Amino acid sequence: MPDPAIGPPSGAGEPPAAGTQPLLQMENIVKRFGGVLALDGVSLSVERGSVVGLVGDNGAGKSTLIKVVSGAHPPDGGTLRFDGARVRIASPRFAKEIGIETVYQDLALVDTIDAAGNIFLGREIVRFGAGPVKVLNKRRMQRSARELLGRLGLELPSSGTEVGMLSGGQRQSVAISRALYTRPKLVILDEPTSALAVTEARKVLELPRTLAAQGVSVIIISHTLQDVLDVTDRIVVLRKGRKVADLATRETSLEDLVTYIVGSERAKGAGYA
Amino acid sequence: MRETAAGARERPSRDWREIALDYGIYVILLAFVVVMALLSPNFLQARNLLNIAVQASTVAVIAAGTTMVILLAEIDLSVGSVAALAGAVTAGILELGPAAGLTGVGWVGLAILAGLAIGAALGAVNGALTVWGGIPSFIVTLGMLSVARGLTLLYTGGRPIFGLGDAFSRIAYGTIGPVPVPIVILVVLYTLAALFLHTTQLGRYVYAAGTNRRAVALAGVNVNRLKVGVFALAGTLAGLGGVLLTSRLDSAQPTAATGWELDVIAAVVLGGTSLYGGRGAVVKTLVGALLLQLISNGLNLLNVQAYWQQITKGGVILAALLFERALRRARGGSAM
Repeated sequence: MPDPAIGPPSGAGEPPAAGTQPLLQMENIVKRFGGVLALDGVSLSVERGSVVGLVGDNGAGKSTLIKVVSGAHPPDGGTLRFDGARVRIASPRFAKEIGIETVYQDLALVDTIDAAGNIFLGREIVRFGAGPVKVLNKRRMQRSARELLGRLGLELPSSGTEVGMLSGGQRQSVAISRALYTRPKLVILDEPTSALAVTEARKVLELPRTLAAQGVSVIIISHTLQDVLDVTDRIVVLRKGRKVADLATRETSLEDLVTYIVGSERAKGAGYA
Repeated sequence: MRETAAGARERPSRDWREIALDYGIYVILLAFVVVMALLSPNFLQARNLLNIAVQASTVAVIAAGTTMVILLAEIDLSVGSVAALAGAVTAGILELGPAAGLTGVGWVGLAILAGLAIGAALGAVNGALTVWGGIPSFIVTLGMLSVARGLTLLYTGGRPIFGLGDAFSRIAYGTIGPVPVPIVILVVLYTLAALFLHTTQLGRYVYAAGTNRRAVALAGVNVNRLKVGVFALAGTLAGLGGVLLTSRLDSAQPTAATGWELDVIAAVVLGGTSLYGGRGAVVKTLVGALLLQLISNGLNLLNVQAYWQQITKGGVILAALLFERALRRARGGSAM
């Protein structure tokens, strides 16, 4: 992807007092759903401007972990520090306010409204308002959305076209634009390529490195291990709600990852390792 | 917006199915008017047409609120009972007036406000039980249908309330210039509703949450509060419909508006609002309500037995739904 040029994120550039600390530090995160322990004391940190891959089998806890960070599922236990401060991320809105944006696997788009409407969903530009009734400034949102998509070098869906009518790649572009609009400090990409054609997927995979180069941290979840090895600095492996490995990507092979993901005994038995 | 990159899909051209979905209701309305005009010489008289609009106004007022509920992919079956209770409460307060020497416009206004407040409160209860109680709105409002009717019967002791005064009956029978007041109310209400849905942030959230509730919640919008608000608004408008009906009948009948949920939902569905949420236009609900009234009026003029009217009404709803489904399916995409 060509230079997204989203500008310096507010958290990068000026080294704050906490500059040497990781941007995100999670310790002993616990999350239960009824009797099911989805996350069993997971600790994870993400350095500033780094790309961390999160891998694991289905049900390993990857999605739950990112939902804890994105505010969709506040944790039941453990501590979370972001940008030098201890935080309790109780809602998606709060996550966005402190600079965490998420591109969900299903993109979380509203199919019956257009690209601009989706990009500005929840933070619409309004012309004027009286109490809770605020009149939308559709033209300005339309213009800003076009500029944003253009700057990101993303394909532009026609304005006014419902996003339900767009191709997979265009829908992805809209979801990514929405995440980058606020110049976040941390971007979470949940299976960003699962719904894309190969050429579209290659383009999307350039995004994490581009963001990292600008000081933005990225967490990426993917089932495609080769992609994770290609774009990350570190890889964290989850299994059954626990962290089983935290690896420097440079020193890790595909075989290593598979071994950690399925568990060493089973991997040997199945002839993976 | 310009298409820059290769591979960006052309804006899909509108095929006949989409046009049929968008404008079908107007064509049907027009066709119906033409057929009726040919069959019955009295039909096109101004008095008959105004009558139809006034008769449609009560259902239409209620249906404006129900449209928003259905856009959110919820349903409200309690509107008829809520309307009856609101009408009874308003009538009850009006009835107290003369004894206390309170008959002025202010007293009438207070009585109406009380009716609307009852509607708003019951609507809010519907919404709260749906979003925080976790019960499907279909069941919640089915329960409320029974509860509100029971409250109406309790409140009235099962007897009509009469003697509501001239000022109150002018709501249904007065005119502003040549235009009957109920029609003025309809025009103002539907203008406001359309502006709300199509130009405001909350209106956009109504559509968006009806399409993909989770996406809107993840964008930081409090969808639960929005839903409770819309249910309360729908209750308020049910209350307004009840007040209008009470004024037209010049009395509060404990069994008033029984079965109106069907007429109201029929108006919304005929207007093309999807029962799956997220799609529709409130103005077309008004057309749907007028069309329903035209159908009854036409069948009356043609001396069709009343039993057939029930069958026709139900049949029209089912036909409209089948038609919409077939068109959307043929068009493909995620239209539902």
